[in-house]
Amino acid sequence: MPEQSDNTVNKLVDHFFRHESGRMVAVLTRVFGFANIEQAEDIVQDTIIRALETWRFGRLPDNPQAWLYRTARNKAIDLIRREKVKHKIETELAPLLKSEYTLVPAMSEMFKENEVKDSQLRMMFACCHPAITKEAQITLMLKTLCGLSTKEIGRAFLSNEETIQKRLYRIKEKIKEEHISLDYPGADRMPARLDSVLKALYLLFNEGYNSSHPEKLIREDLCEEAMRLTILLTENEKTNQPYTNALLALMCYHASRFNTRLDDNGFIILLKDQNRKLWNHFLIERGNDYLNRSAYEDLIHEYHIEAAIASVHANAKSYEDTDWPLILKLYNSLANRVQNPVVSINRCIALGEVKGYEKAIEELEKINGMSENCYYNASLAEMHLKAGHKKEALKYFQHALTLTSSNAETELIRRKINLCKE
Amino acid sequence: MEKFMYLFRGGDNHAHNANDSAVAQENMQAWMKWMGELGQKGILVGAEPLQPTGKQVSGKNKVVTDGPYAETKEMVGGYLIVNAKDIDEAVEISKGCPVFNENGKVEVRPIQKMEM
Repeated sequence: MPEQSDNTVNKLVDHFFRHESGRMVAVLTRVFGFANIEQAEDIVQDTIIRALETWRFGRLPDNPQAWLYRTARNKAIDLIRREKVKHKIETELAPLLKSEYTLVPAMSEMFKENEVKDSQLRMMFACCHPAITKEAQITLMLKTLCGLSTKEIGRAFLSNEETIQKRLYRIKEKIKEEHISLDYPGADRMPARLDSVLKALYLLFNEGYNSSHPEKLIREDLCEEAMRLTILLTENEKTNQPYTNALLALMCYHASRFNTRLDDNGFIILLKDQNRKLWNHFLIERGNDYLNRSAYEDLIHEYHIEAAIASVHANAKSYEDTDWPLILKLYNSLANRVQNPVVSINRCIALGEVKGYEKAIEELEKINGMSENCYYNASLAEMHLKAGHKKEALKYFQHALTLTSSNAETELIRRKINLCKE
Repeated sequence: MEKFMYLFRGGDNHAHNANDSAVAQENMQAWMKWMGELGQKGILVGAEPLQPTGKQVSGKNKVVTDGPYAETKEMVGGYLIVNAKDIDEAVEISKGCPVFNENGKVEVRPIQKMEM
């Protein structure tokens, strides 16, 4: 299968450049300040172009990463020497960049592994500043930290390049207006700011995991990027909090099922019908690991509960073997903490497995304001179907069908409707 | 605040030379630390190291010769300008300079304000 191995190589090369450009943009933006982010991005783009030109015909350098960093570093030094940096540099590094005594060593220092990671973390905090909307935060992270092109981001959001370009422009202007710097938030503001970063990463992950995007590779990429950045947070003591690990555990458990959720035609396979042998056991182990690490303080975050629920599923031998009473208990405490109708619906489904489907229907009917929601109607229908009320099940599935625009969901509901008619 | 120029003379080894030896690395770090601190305090005006070679232009006829031919230990290897309250403070600040680890010395000179 030469085509496939070519694809694998292309993907690896693609990811290498993408991740390295994300790193270099973070470093250079930290050096030059956010006001100069366009110049930072230009340097990185020039560097990548030079690499592609040089490496295509010559020999690959022994350490491609070091080659890229050296080239980017030299371009940055050159820009400073020629005094071509657009906006006055006001970062803490500024005095060191003004003198030849320190310019080169200071710039080299910034490209050392620790500083690169540090720059990425600072960038994460800047991107997820509360003054920016969540959607904008994700867009900016994908561009500056993950190195996705505007075209790729457009594809991921089923939008066009121009829209994304305009959006990015507005966000960058906002950051400049608000004077958002790449400094770490102070200790007192850290928990709230970290919360904001984690929420954005969770949304980014869900964008990949739950979206009905037709291209599997894109969805996989988004999940991978979200996990990569969350792992970075666990590698720094400032941000390696119990709930950081809980969120990462949750992502690992979900990602472990990535390949079994859809069949070859892109249709949804429900948890019950998934082939558990095909779940990624490496990721489940990692999930268990991070969940253990998340438990070193009394503090319980929603992510802990969500991860615990995912853990019960991931570690159950079969759907029937699942510890439903434990899942119900976890959903009860989650429902007590968050006002989220999807959590309430999921709690009812667990309730159905523990106390019977009639009880689940009763509780589902108590949820307000969801009668025009596809997931709600499909869940209610499923409980009716399991309870043997085919007529009611059919009614709710048919209603659910009118509420989705996703092909995969439509097909799933059609199959269910056929079951109701048997 | 007054401006003072430090003239660095002598020194075994210029910290700014791209040299990977452990000593050079250490010197570089020392310069980064010291100048970083001056920068943070907001008193660093500017600084540059100088190459050991150059030209001299002298006399009414502007004769160009290679030079300077001063002995290495007397040669100006670089300068730095700081803001300080007075010469005493400028001297105190200069004591943190890494050039002393390199067997160099610092000449502290107040910058002359020209009379109007």
